[in-house]
Amino acid sequence: MMLRALLRPTWLLGLFAVVATGLLAFTYENTREQIAQSERNALLRRLNELIPEAQHENDLLTDTIEIPANDLLGTTATTTGYRARRAGRIEAIAFTAVAPDGYNGAIRLLVAIERDGRVAGVRVVSHRETPGLGDAIEIERSPWISGFDGRSLSAPNPTRWRVRKDGGDFEQLTGATITPRAIVKAIKNSLQFFAMHRDTLLNTGTTTVSQNHE
Amino acid sequence: MSEVSYRRIARDGFWDNNPALAQLLGLCPLLAVSGTIVNAVSLGLATTLVLIGSNVTVSLIRNAVPKEIRIPVFVLVIAAFVTIVELLMHAYLYDLYKILGIFVPLIVTNCAIIGRAEAFASKQRVDRALLDGLTMGLGFTCALVVLGTLREFIGFGTLFANTHLVLGEWARELTLTPFPDYRGFLLAVLPPGAFIGLGLLIALKNVIDRRLEQRRAALPAATAAPVTES
Repeated sequence: MMLRALLRPTWLLGLFAVVATGLLAFTYENTREQIAQSERNALLRRLNELIPEAQHENDLLTDTIEIPANDLLGTTATTTGYRARRAGRIEAIAFTAVAPDGYNGAIRLLVAIERDGRVAGVRVVSHRETPGLGDAIEIERSPWISGFDGRSLSAPNPTRWRVRKDGGDFEQLTGATITPRAIVKAIKNSLQFFAMHRDTLLNTGTTTVSQNHE
Repeated sequence: MSEVSYRRIARDGFWDNNPALAQLLGLCPLLAVSGTIVNAVSLGLATTLVLIGSNVTVSLIRNAVPKEIRIPVFVLVIAAFVTIVELLMHAYLYDLYKILGIFVPLIVTNCAIIGRAEAFASKQRVDRALLDGLTMGLGFTCALVVLGTLREFIGFGTLFANTHLVLGEWARELTLTPFPDYRGFLLAVLPPGAFIGLGLLIALKNVIDRRLEQRRAALPAATAAPVTES
């Protein structure tokens, strides 16, 4: 029968789809917790590199503030700021900044700034810079990125917030100028954002930064 | 179809019909993640797992699946295994998962896998399909590792960098830097280096094969004893 010849493959294929879906659902359910846990651990480890555990008493992952998309930060969606407290006072905050003009597209950074406006540390979260040249911005490859530690908008002063080649204070990388240039600019902008919103960011009560366009 | 010997299957997987060096399948992940030894081993083993899973499943269901729907069923089986491996890596090998990135889900597009399902597993008993999956996978892994070793050594001047992503913090010390002054060679790290490296490996395999061939041709003339060759 024509119909029979059609039906058998159809329900067999359906059966395989159901079994495969069931198998995937089972695996997903059983790894979901662990995946969330791994992501939290990875984030916490990165945050603790910037704001050492000894310097705060709270749980960074739960003490957060929502930061709406902002031009200075280069963000296009709401991001999360993680706040470190000691004795109830917020001592530092870490948030996402994006350098949109890397050599190969956007470079995502995690920038930590201390209460007094000094950089606590910066890490590259993701990038697509050239391996062997631009990827020296990763802390695993070179200590370049720690050159920002302790800097602020007054040290050096804003006109010196450039790479050396452009008359500024920051080293470029061998064979790569565009990448460091983008990052220097992004960090300077992050400091400006911090200066502009300092009160909200460090206000213990608030959980969102109000949307305002400058 | 006559039974294929285990020895034949293993030889095919590792050498004669090696997925990377003879069949030239799965080149996209091969070229993209062979930058370091750790990446190469990890993606190779992930591919091997998928290959074993899909080969065994395909072999088990080979008599139940009508030929009209075999390709969609194979694709379904492979996609399911890849997703399972991906979820497991995401859960338990998080840092490595981040580095391999898109190439874990892309295992699904590795032609070596559907190639083995269609050409071998769908016609063979489970034990042979399993062995084929294992040896083809390991053959692929070996090619990746050789290429990874060359590229990491020539490109960065290190060996076993980033091993701690898989084995834990203690493995940081496994990284070798044979020549501390070596500055690295960018070409080997970039995609062209992968192509050149793979080309050289394939050429090397062909040279060795030809040598073996010549020796085999010379052998029967020299000795009267029958040559047993599988």
